[in-house]
Amino acid sequence: MSDVKYPVCSRVGGYVLGIAGELGAAALMLKSTVFWAFKSRLEVRETMKQSVKIGVDSVGVTALTSFFTGMVLALQTGATSKNLFNEPLYIGTLVSFSMVKELGPVLTSIVVAGRAGAVVTAEIGTMRVTEQIDALYTLGTHPARYLLVPRYIAFLVTLPLLVVLANFIGTIGGFIIATTRLQVPSTVYWNDIFTFMDINDFMHGFLKTFAFAFMIATVSCHKGMTTRGGAEGVGKSTTEAVVTSMVLVMGIDYFISAVLVAVGI
Amino acid sequence: MIEIKNLAKNFPGREVLRDLSCRIEDGDTFSVIGPSGTGKSTFIKCIMRLLKPDSGRILVDGEDIAALDDEFEIARIRRNFGYLFQEGALFDSLTVFENISFGLRYLTDIPRSDYPRIVADKLALVGLEKVEHLKPAELSVGMKKRVALARAVAAGPKCILYDEPTTGLDPVTTEMVTDLIVSASEKLKVTSILVTHDVNLALRLSSQVAMLDKGVFAAVEPPDRFVKSENPAIKEFLEISGGANGCGGHGGRPGHAGHTGTGGRH
Repeated sequence: MSDVKYPVCSRVGGYVLGIAGELGAAALMLKSTVFWAFKSRLEVRETMKQSVKIGVDSVGVTALTSFFTGMVLALQTGATSKNLFNEPLYIGTLVSFSMVKELGPVLTSIVVAGRAGAVVTAEIGTMRVTEQIDALYTLGTHPARYLLVPRYIAFLVTLPLLVVLANFIGTIGGFIIATTRLQVPSTVYWNDIFTFMDINDFMHGFLKTFAFAFMIATVSCHKGMTTRGGAEGVGKSTTEAVVTSMVLVMGIDYFISAVLVAVGI
Repeated sequence: MIEIKNLAKNFPGREVLRDLSCRIEDGDTFSVIGPSGTGKSTFIKCIMRLLKPDSGRILVDGEDIAALDDEFEIARIRRNFGYLFQEGALFDSLTVFENISFGLRYLTDIPRSDYPRIVADKLALVGLEKVEHLKPAELSVGMKKRVALARAVAAGPKCILYDEPTTGLDPVTTEMVTDLIVSASEKLKVTSILVTHDVNLALRLSSQVAMLDKGVFAAVEPPDRFVKSENPAIKEFLEISGGANGCGGHGGRPGHAGHTGTGGRH
């Protein structure tokens, strides 16, 4: 029999303490990253390398995801519109608004969290359990300077660019379905977009991307830096990083959208 | 000179180092032996300030590095040390050349044009050549250790810390790494601090041997006196590890050390 008097309270308390500990460690890591970002020269080569790994290597999967998303959006909108109005209406508007304001940023962030975030956590986690992080200290540099700052910059620069690409390709996907399957004239499709969309709509999605990039970088790096327990620990950290990033992207998407809508963006 | 006074380090729920004191003169080879899990690695990680001691003093040339909190100050102190990790800890994504020149970039002001010469020199010191372009994954375990040693000495440290340098190596590679430690100590005239559970290695190389037991040094003695110790913990450890036979009286200083074979039970 357990000697804990209130096991439920004890478990809840332990859980809360665990989360508080994680947040505290992540905050300290962030503080250290900001410090080294301004206190030392940028590791240009490492930053470029990470930008390729995180951004360029994610182009293919981002393009495919957004292309099919744009296609299915046009298809579903067309079908529903035909049922309701006997003709496909506002296909371009719906596809582009959906892509630019929500699906482009969120789907791309989820794809990048799953692909590049996992790579970052696994890489840093492996360095942690094989003492390569300690080796950085012994060779005169700080892990925040050499590992974290370049990865933060890579996420913050490449994710917004990937989102712009995803928005464009998704809209093209919608265009192909609209013009070939739904027989919407191409001028109508583009007019539907440019008549209703303005820069604020684009900025709504674009600004959110920076928050997602920052969050994915923080979760991935933190999980990597706190990895314990060999290969099994690396696997566990990587899974946790991907799941946490995806859930947080969804969660903070709502709150940021609410704020942006409130301020008129 | 490195002087440790009343060093203590705990981890949550576990007391690792209680009250360690010792004095390591310049040029000495100081070994810490003891079974796995007794805090040997914790001891040298405290000296390197990879871990902050809970209490006590670590005086490096008179400066107490245990009390330092400023990251730049700690980095300045670390310049005095080279560190050979148990598994080498070479950076997987970098080539051998980049690994060895890594410390030159951050620890020294040496111009980049000199890196190829220095890297080639250090590789020659550890008996390797023409491996600069290889990645760690392409090296054998023994080669990795040698490259790691070349990296540890590249920036010209005054003291080299060896964390279990022969653990997991076959007898031939163990012998080779042992010879490298001796030659590095002799050629570079550095202080060496070695933690190992290989008692024969410690007795062969060291000018002083310390046995870590229950968080304190059970003894700090020259090898010839160490093997004759009446301390029960030392006697038991020497018996189990086979170090009591055939190790006594080997002067200890690198270069004058006799060969006793490596590891294994007698």
